[in-house]
Amino acid sequence: MTTEAEPRTSAEIGGMGHSVKRKEDPRFIRGQGEYIDDVNLPGQLWLDIVRSPYAHAKIKSIDASEALKIPGVAAVITGKDLEGYKLHWMPTLAGDMQMVLPVDTVMYQSQEVAAVIATSRYVAADGVAAVLVDYEPLPVIVDPHKALEDGAFVLRPDRGPDKQTNRIWHWESGDREATDADLAAADVHIKQDIYIPRIHVASIETCGCVADWDPVRQQLTLHMTSQAPHAIRTVLALVAGGAGLPIYEHNIRVKTHDIGGGFGGKVPVYPGYVLAVAASFLIGKPVKWIEDRSENLQADSFARDYHMKVEIGATKDGKITSLKAKTIADHGYTDAAADPSKYPAGLFNVITGSYDFPNAFVEVDGVYTNKPPGGVAYRCSFRVTEAVHAVERVVDILAHQIGKDPAQLRMENFIQPEQFPYKTPTGWSYDSGNYPAALQKAMDMIDYAGLRKEQAEKRARGELMGIGISSFTEIVGAGPSHDFDILGIKMFDSCEIRVHPTGKVLARIGVQSQGQGHETTFAQIIAEELGFPVADIKIEYGDTDTAPYGLGTYASRSTPVAGAATAVAARKIQAKARTLAAHLLEASEDDLEWEPGKFSVKGSPDRFKTIQEIAFAAYTNHPEGMEAGLEAVDYYDPPNLTFPFGSYICVVDIDKGTGRVNVRRFVAIDDCGNIINPMIVDGQIHGGLTMGLAPSLYEEITYDELGNNLAGTFLDYLVPTAVEVPNWETGKTITPSPHHPIGAKGVGESATVGAPPAIANAVVDALWHLGVRNIDIPITPQKVWAILHENGIS
Amino acid sequence: MIPAQFDYVRPGDLDETLRILKDREGEAKLLSGGYSLIPLIKLRLAQPGLLVDLRDVSGLDGITETDDYLSIGAKATHRQIHDATVVADRYPLLQDVTDVIGDPQVRNWGTIGGSVAHADPASDWPAVLLATSATLVCRSQTGERTIAARDFFIDTFQTAIEPTEVLTEIRIQRRPRGAGAAYEKLERKVGDFATVAAAAMVGLGADGRIARAGIGLTGVAEAPFAATDAEAVLTGNAPSDELFRRAGAAAGAQSRPFGDVRGPVEYKRAMAAEMTLRALHRATKRAQAYA
Amino acid sequence: MTTQHISVTVNGETHEADVEPRLLLVHLLRDTLGLTGTHVGCDTSHCGACTVHIDGASAKSCTMLAVQADGRQIKTIEGMADGATLHPLQQAFWDQHGLQCGFCTPGMIMQSATLLADNADPTEQEIREGISGNLCRCTGYVNIVKAIQQAATEMAAAAETQTGSPVAAS
Repeated sequence: MTTEAEPRTSAEIGGMGHSVKRKEDPRFIRGQGEYIDDVNLPGQLWLDIVRSPYAHAKIKSIDASEALKIPGVAAVITGKDLEGYKLHWMPTLAGDMQMVLPVDTVMYQSQEVAAVIATSRYVAADGVAAVLVDYEPLPVIVDPHKALEDGAFVLRPDRGPDKQTNRIWHWESGDREATDADLAAADVHIKQDIYIPRIHVASIETCGCVADWDPVRQQLTLHMTSQAPHAIRTVLALVAGGAGLPIYEHNIRVKTHDIGGGFGGKVPVYPGYVLAVAASFLIGKPVKWIEDRSENLQADSFARDYHMKVEIGATKDGKITSLKAKTIADHGYTDAAADPSKYPAGLFNVITGSYDFPNAFVEVDGVYTNKPPGGVAYRCSFRVTEAVHAVERVVDILAHQIGKDPAQLRMENFIQPEQFPYKTPTGWSYDSGNYPAALQKAMDMIDYAGLRKEQAEKRARGELMGIGISSFTEIVGAGPSHDFDILGIKMFDSCEIRVHPTGKVLARIGVQSQGQGHETTFAQIIAEELGFPVADIKIEYGDTDTAPYGLGTYASRSTPVAGAATAVAARKIQAKARTLAAHLLEASEDDLEWEPGKFSVKGSPDRFKTIQEIAFAAYTNHPEGMEAGLEAVDYYDPPNLTFPFGSYICVVDIDKGTGRVNVRRFVAIDDCGNIINPMIVDGQIHGGLTMGLAPSLYEEITYDELGNNLAGTFLDYLVPTAVEVPNWETGKTITPSPHHPIGAKGVGESATVGAPPAIANAVVDALWHLGVRNIDIPITPQKVWAILHENGIS
Repeated sequence: MIPAQFDYVRPGDLDETLRILKDREGEAKLLSGGYSLIPLIKLRLAQPGLLVDLRDVSGLDGITETDDYLSIGAKATHRQIHDATVVADRYPLLQDVTDVIGDPQVRNWGTIGGSVAHADPASDWPAVLLATSATLVCRSQTGERTIAARDFFIDTFQTAIEPTEVLTEIRIQRRPRGAGAAYEKLERKVGDFATVAAAAMVGLGADGRIARAGIGLTGVAEAPFAATDAEAVLTGNAPSDELFRRAGAAAGAQSRPFGDVRGPVEYKRAMAAEMTLRALHRATKRAQAYA
Repeated sequence: MTTQHISVTVNGETHEADVEPRLLLVHLLRDTLGLTGTHVGCDTSHCGACTVHIDGASAKSCTMLAVQADGRQIKTIEGMADGATLHPLQQAFWDQHGLQCGFCTPGMIMQSATLLADNADPTEQEIREGISGNLCRCTGYVNIVKAIQQAATEMAAAAETQTGSPVAAS
């Protein structure tokens, strides 16, 4: 199906397909959202952090005496203090170890070195400025290739005598021999090195928490910016247990509030959170930590930093036969990338993309460097941005090299609709897709033929215009329990629905919105299944005392997993409602017909019971032998991931004088299966496209050879404004997921995944005739200018 | 994000201000709009002992045209300058520059005096003042002096203003017939400091040749400077694209840019030429339209 | 270190306070006065999440000291609605899905208000330039532009109803 069907429910009910206005907005538009910095507890203290100016150094001494003299400074905590509680190191979500505070060695610029606790935000900052740390600089490694050289300084001696290397792990997928054979035999064998540099999510709200240890009740409440509150609770319990502290999981409550953007940056457990908890525990008062933007950019979880060597083999007509990638993954000083444990390189082996060919091989080496830890964030779907960039670039190089139109080459290589479910050479089973339809729709929408004609005319006049295509397949909804876990915790998700006697609904879910509109969309799922109006359904999440256990929101998993749990839970309620209705109507269950909001007797439409009447009856008139009440919970273990996809086409014009790339038009056709709320889906696409444009042309975190961060504030980390961003043009096809209860797939990250190669392909397309095959993102004016200058073009 | 502590005073007039600057010389810093100073204070890159807020000092924000010059009070905001009728009517160069400083909020409160006194080597106003050979008026307890723009920008963040002086007024030569000027800014994204920017002023003679030329560059040296070699290429010659390219090349050659996150040396030098070229084209069109 | 006594009127209500000179205006609003609708999103005056109106003009409250606001009239997002009646911009942001996480939204609405006060009928380019001091990470700006366009239309129509004649485009 490629067109949107009419919604099944009325606008008043607001089920699937309705662009229901968001229920969460009334508080935000009034400035009455409650974000972490709005949370203030009586008696709270403030935590601020002393950070290292060096990327690699021994700590010779920490002198807190001047800081402690400042009125209002209550304490200064160092690594040595934490060592006494065995809290100086803790596990990362990737199963590695990270420092909470260093005892003797700092490993990246801006690393946390000491924590100052004070009576106000301002005094805490003064305390930080007054702590004197004496460092002895050590050799710095910022190039992961150098980190792998023989004799390189071993950055992590703590890993044990048999792991005295900066290689963290080696991971492979696919068939090396078959792929090498195919590549060797290919008519066309293309090799391309592609580097995707570090970027940072830079959500407008930074990270923070208020840690509140109640010594009387022996309870910890951690108010926190977290995309995965239950996982955090369990990790905290394990860490506290390991340190012998009396902080047990039933007495830990992680509570999120409104979160001002996450994008993966609010998944990891940053030292600031742990320091706040430790300080609150030691002092017995609430401790608040809100990081500055500089701290956020310089120390928090980055994304990307993948050095890829990509090869593609094809026949002389452009039929792809094989694909290979060898990647060095720069993880910073520890592996804190929150990947599922079997996938240290995330889902990078989806690199075979939308194309049908027999053999592929992927290998990735994770490497330590003197940089902050992280890796998966910035809407990457667990490294899918990297994989899609690689395949869409080399496919485009292939097309240009053999002189075939890039759209035509893709059409000839696509997995065809009748081939689904499709098993890829690296083992994924794509559930559904219709790649030709999406690409065709994009081409029609942008008048592709007309653009190629215009390009030819412009090229004859010496003008530089480029057209770039990206036809991506995404892989989201982690994930099935046989393959997916984070620190051993399986990646199911959950929904608990309770219907009140007066026909109103309270549902709690295990995922966590940071702007995705869950209060609206999850209500719409329930509205679709049960016929309660969206206005009568309240969605809650983020309080681990009440929400059912879930793995949180990132990697576009909310709709695929928690959305499925919600539909299944709702169907359990519908099943019980049928029994109640049969009882009320004195009919047999088989004689009843369901339409959203009511059961009626087949053939007698005037004999019906509304879902509201049924709800009331669940408490007042339930049949003998049936439990009272009307509620259900579901923990959903997805049978597979879902595979949204799309085709994007980008048109660029290059200013020959300055090298600046102007994105003139960008058409995005997305397919995320059945759509819950078209308006919200479009919003996700717009935002995702913008976060695809940003690293393509503007954003980059670079380090000099001493490990100094060169883009540590918004002055140099170039987040696009409305002026830099074009007017995105969007369209849809709809190919439902056959295994998902409501046929939906995730969508939050598709556009961030699909957009960069479309832009990069467009620029290379504009410059191909000058001998350009690849330009690494961000494609800055100076990069383009250098190429033009070399070719004598101005 | 949190400034260090400082004292604060808000004098009622210029005399009081000057007295404070003398008494607390070395630790006093003037606060105008604050959009250059306060960001530095927040990052603790500047830690003045005393902030002297000019808010109540009146008479420093007028924009008036005399027979000889356009007088702009140092406290005039970028926005006020942009919206002034005389500017909209006859000084499009000033609208060029006030369109590209920072963002709308910055333009509402940042002042020309604060920006000029701060003298970021990639800021916008200096190039304009150099191209138009403006003069800057400074007042101290001992009196008033005028400083030519070309003597004003000494080094990185360093101007000719003495610690006990207040910059009170900027004077831009009154625009004669046959003169036009334009500002071309290359920036990484809107609101950034200049990667490279050029202000060009062209005065045409009755024969249509360039009688006078002024070129100010920013972002390509330790301080903004006047591209005198480029001016020499232009003077006395008929405007043409080829002439402008030669002038641009001279401007590029005279530049001494640093390689940094905004680009390598070679790029910046080439862009000095490119921005000069573009500014000259627009300035000349304006000059020809104002015959 | 001595404090300064200031008097600021915020959303029509006057407040007296003794503040350190270094206290940023945004912290006066958020921490001292409890008006947490104005947000802090950066430390280099780029993001605009802290945008408020001071004497009618938009300003980044993180780049001003509370002492600079002495005697001035400040309007924050909390002052935009008229009781239960939303400002047309607030309504438009809701109608057009011009917000997702909501963190940039107060600053974006405040800036949009002065944009429309200066230019009642802006083009799309003028709108984009008019909010160039406000960063949004979620929406990609498309729906923010639509929201401002909707509000512009409604506000012009309301003004026309009041004056009886079309509002001149600037």
